[in-house]
Amino acid sequence: MSNENTISRRGLFMKMGILFNGLVAAALAVPVVRFLLSSITRGRANAYLSWVSVGSVTEFPEGETRLATFRNPYVTPTDGTTVDTACWVRRVAGEQFQVFAVNCAHLGCPVRWFPQSGLFMCPCHGGAYYRDGSRASGPPERGLFEYPYKVEGGLVTIQAGELPTPGSPTASLVGKKPPCAA
Amino acid sequence: MRRLITHLGAWFDRRLQLAAPIREAAEHPVPRNTASWWYVFGSAALVVFLLQLVTGILLALIYVPSASEAWSSLQALNHDVTLGWFIRALHGWGSNFMVAIVLIHMVQVFLFGAYKFPRELTWIVGVFLLLMTLGMAFTGQVLRFDQDAYWGLGIGASIASRVPILGGSIVKMMLGGPIIAGATLSRFFALHVFVIPGTLIGLVGLHLLMVLKLGINEWPMPGRLVKRASYANEYHELTKKDGAPFVPYAVWKDLFFAAFILLAVAACALYFGPFGPTGRPDPTIIQTVPKPDYFFLWLYALLSLLPPSMETPALLIGPVIAIGVLVLLPFLSGEGEKSWRRRPIAVLTVLLIAITLGTFTHLAGFTPWSPHMNAWSGDPVPEKVLHGTTALQRQGALVFQAKQCRNCHSIGESGGQRGPTLDSVAVRLTEDQLIRQVIQGGGNMPAYGNNLSPAETTALVAFLETLHPDGQTPAHNAAIGEAREKSASSQ
Repeated sequence: MSNENTISRRGLFMKMGILFNGLVAAALAVPVVRFLLSSITRGRANAYLSWVSVGSVTEFPEGETRLATFRNPYVTPTDGTTVDTACWVRRVAGEQFQVFAVNCAHLGCPVRWFPQSGLFMCPCHGGAYYRDGSRASGPPERGLFEYPYKVEGGLVTIQAGELPTPGSPTASLVGKKPPCAA
Repeated sequence: MRRLITHLGAWFDRRLQLAAPIREAAEHPVPRNTASWWYVFGSAALVVFLLQLVTGILLALIYVPSASEAWSSLQALNHDVTLGWFIRALHGWGSNFMVAIVLIHMVQVFLFGAYKFPRELTWIVGVFLLLMTLGMAFTGQVLRFDQDAYWGLGIGASIASRVPILGGSIVKMMLGGPIIAGATLSRFFALHVFVIPGTLIGLVGLHLLMVLKLGINEWPMPGRLVKRASYANEYHELTKKDGAPFVPYAVWKDLFFAAFILLAVAACALYFGPFGPTGRPDPTIIQTVPKPDYFFLWLYALLSLLPPSMETPALLIGPVIAIGVLVLLPFLSGEGEKSWRRRPIAVLTVLLIAITLGTFTHLAGFTPWSPHMNAWSGDPVPEKVLHGTTALQRQGALVFQAKQCRNCHSIGESGGQRGPTLDSVAVRLTEDQLIRQVIQGGGNMPAYGNNLSPAETTALVAFLETLHPDGQTPAHNAAIGEAREKSASSQ
């Protein structure tokens, strides 16, 4: 006979069994969650970013903007062509450059450069930018994303590795451009 | 032979004991007036879902979920594998039909008041089934790993990155890494093939179980109100007095409609063929105009037309509100009138949403907000416009084309529609206003001051001044005109 205050042998075992399963589940949850979050944790402290070359300085005539491509520094075996990335390189003068992501600051579609009118135009939602990357018109709220660059040994290298979005380091490493500095 | 089948049947049922519950479910009485063509959409959605399961498994026999192989394996399906194109077409058209039928089913359930007591939970599960269906549609579009899929993922990532603080992490979680690459396709494959379909199967089972347990919603009669206290008895009375077994009384319409829908999917697949894939998912090919699949076109239009400052709040808060309203609906109006004849606001809401989505989808068909990237080099200046013009004005027409003005402005019905058409711009703006607009921009037009020499500006404006309909004179500044007349008369 059991009343409300006593607990049967079988009842105790069942509760212990549930508790045991709970402990095992909690222990297993740690590696599962770490596995799931690995794409975030791995990229802490900008670990995805590296300096990559987009070409030699001589490939970029002064005062002009050219499309350059580079291979994303972080590659996995099944990436295929997706790691080949394009960017717009503007050689302002001498060793002074601006390297823009092709991804529109609005929603990431690839912008195209029109040298005749000096504008970057986006085919998706109609964003447009001036030659210095600052916003000209349309839905974007800011100018084009810019990669940090350095000129080393005659090569233009940029710090790249993450898809440029409003929340990515590419967006924050270089601040917003002052409007219309062309 | 027949005896053998009976024997075998009995042998299995002795062990499975399923015959009785299945018979009971099949023959449960339904109100006679629900044996209507309006009640066939739920079963049709289920049948199309089964078609998607079967064709999906068939595609998985060939498809390779790897960013380096997926596109080629789709080409193989389209061109090498016997009838691979047809299975792809069935799956693609099946998804279009499924989204459409689920939406029609939802509208019917809403207008017939079927979400009211005691079927609130059936409705809520249905809302999640709709979300899962849309999730399947989006992830499926990603598996068709082409340029549209690649840039579509970029758009998804850009939207996700706008979440405050967590944006960057959500993007990496969504992409499975820092960029759209191999890990991204693998995780969308897992979502499309395991996670979402698994959830869908579970929720569909729950949805159907509740339809069986609670009974199909009776045909709504204007004035017959739902009350929590008495509804169960009333429904029971109705099925007793005026009920008929679901099989075969009502089921034949479901069967006919399901077969008709399958035939329609097959016909579309046969006639129109599979969707894509478009170009290789190579991000260095930037000469592309990405576009979402049909059911997300309205969103594409919305993202172009919202004022920039409202976009982030609308993207992040809008879905929460929309889902919240749908989930709360049965609690906000769980009782009362069911018939759409006496629920004018319900009918108007459906019409408003349908017209809005329809209009946005229609607009997204020709994207008036996007510059026409090739208009400046592809669309000629109409001959009529150049007739009898001066050398300066013709030079202006050249500037107009060369500076890509045509990409956003149309003349003679060709060119971009991002900015206003310029066929009668001379009537709207005076010479001074034209110069100011060209140099300073404004009203969503870039400033061209840095990009036009004074000579080019003069020529361009001289050309624009000629653009007015026959018989209408160009606008002029009346004040300047008067001043000139005065100075002329005083001389």
